[in-house]
Amino acid sequence: MPDAVMRLWRGDVRGGAFREYRVPTEEGMVVLDVIHKIQATQAHDLAVRWNCKAGKCGSCSAEVNGRPRLMCMTRMNLFAAGEPITVAPIKTFPLIRDLVADVSFNYQVAKTIPAFRPGPGEPDGTFRMMQEDIDRGQEFHKCIECFLCQNVCHVIRDHPDNMPFFAGPRFFVRLAALEMHPMDEAARAEYLRLKAGLGFCNITKCCTEVCPEHIKITDNAIIPLKERVVSEHYDPIVWTWRKLTGRK
Amino acid sequence: MPASELTATATLRKDTWWLEPLLIVLGLGAFVVYTTWAALQGAHYEYKNYLSPFYSPTLKPSWWPFSPAILILWGPAGFRLTCYYYRKAYYRSFWWSPPACAVRDARSGYTGETGFPLILQNIHRYFFYVATAFLIFLWYDAIYAFVFDGRFGVGLGSVIMLVNVALLSMYSFSCHSCRHLCGGCLDRFSSSPLRYRLWRIVTTQNERHMLWAWLSLVSVALTDVFIRLLSMGIIRDVRFF
Ligand code: SF4
Ligand code: SF4
Ligand code: FES
Ligand code: FES
Repeated sequence: MPDAVMRLWRGDVRGGAFREYRVPTEEGMVVLDVIHKIQATQAHDLAVRWNCKAGKCGSCSAEVNGRPRLMCMTRMNLFAAGEPITVAPIKTFPLIRDLVADVSFNYQVAKTIPAFRPGPGEPDGTFRMMQEDIDRGQEFHKCIECFLCQNVCHVIRDHPDNMPFFAGPRFFVRLAALEMHPMDEAARAEYLRLKAGLGFCNITKCCTEVCPEHIKITDNAIIPLKERVVSEHYDPIVWTWRKLTGRK
Repeated sequence: MPASELTATATLRKDTWWLEPLLIVLGLGAFVVYTTWAALQGAHYEYKNYLSPFYSPTLKPSWWPFSPAILILWGPAGFRLTCYYYRKAYYRSFWWSPPACAVRDARSGYTGETGFPLILQNIHRYFFYVATAFLIFLWYDAIYAFVFDGRFGVGLGSVIMLVNVALLSMYSFSCHSCRHLCGGCLDRFSSSPLRYRLWRIVTTQNERHMLWAWLSLVSVALTDVFIRLLSMGIIRDVRFF
């Protein structure tokens, strides 16, 4: 096998550049393996975040040839042998060093989400749920918080001024799971509209395209939430009906 | 952070990301140009028992000097314009917002669908109601296309009109607003088993909404082309029986 030619971003907030490394590869390697090999043999101070090497911890997000991916799930045989492969840190969040970005924005957003609030339950103190009531939420619970969707979303990637007003696709997934939960009774439509900035999303589906868990973020979380906000806020007939009948 | 290859380039992607927006510009552009032309003609939209979908229902009030299509096309046009799939398609391809994933937006400012006029996209479900009403007329036309001089018959045009209305129906009923109204708005499916069943059915087609959007777009234009050519005497209908 020919050597892999890797162009890795080296640098921090003060500046940096792509630097080229040549590494012998073996059958079955993923991008993260190659990065580790460079770290072990040529660049001991290379910063890279990873943990599970199994696509489940969501730590190793990066941009490989410009596409947001998990490095541990990107096989080297995806690329033409011998062609340079560019690996850059995720662009939307502040760079710490080399391939590592500071994703704490996401933890701040998480704190603002109105928590699960269960209803009163049944007289015997339990709450019965049927399988069909929770099926829809299973997809949302697959999220590994890799933040690739947050990183690719142009609302904040290309317009960082929107960050204070936009929760981002990962949190729309979380909000959809809460909103569709059969026990939950909290109202989140106004939060979605005014604080989470659901209206900023123009449903162009890049989050769905990059999600390593194949969550259909746009179709199954964002659009259903947009429809719920329409019912709560924009639908003139629902609004009139509620006024007339006094129903919520 | 100082400008560098990391921050200054619009994208580090090396694949043909521009191909999809280009094809969509060509496809949607061709459709819009043809439809506008066909709608403005006000002639050659019917042939015997066939009626072009751009002119159904045909409203011809005496005070209206222009093509009858203009009076009705706002309905289906509004439905497609506010459709979640077409929004994605034209925001990406025509607005370049973004042109492709991890490729920089063409514009510097961005407010998405929070301000006027894009906030109006939220009325999509009303266009769904309107489009459903149109479907009733189109189904009537498609059935009428099988009636030749008071007797049942099948011509190539009858088949084309039937396929067209079937595709348009698939497009309408795979709509995201339809999915929401059928059952997506519920939190506890077990209390509404019928709506749950309906939601599941709509969901299977909603996953193919893009496919139905394109197939019905092509079929509606081709149906008009076919009837127009018949009416102009350029081609002849084929009668199967
Ligand atoms: S679909 Fe919406 S949330 Fe997802 S990447 Fe696009 S703009 Fe962002
Ligand atoms: S929704 Fe998908 S892309 Fe987004 S953080 Fe979760 S797993 Fe990652
Ligand atoms: S190292 Fe855990 S997801 Fe890649
Ligand atoms: S018609 Fe496309 S989403 Fe409603």
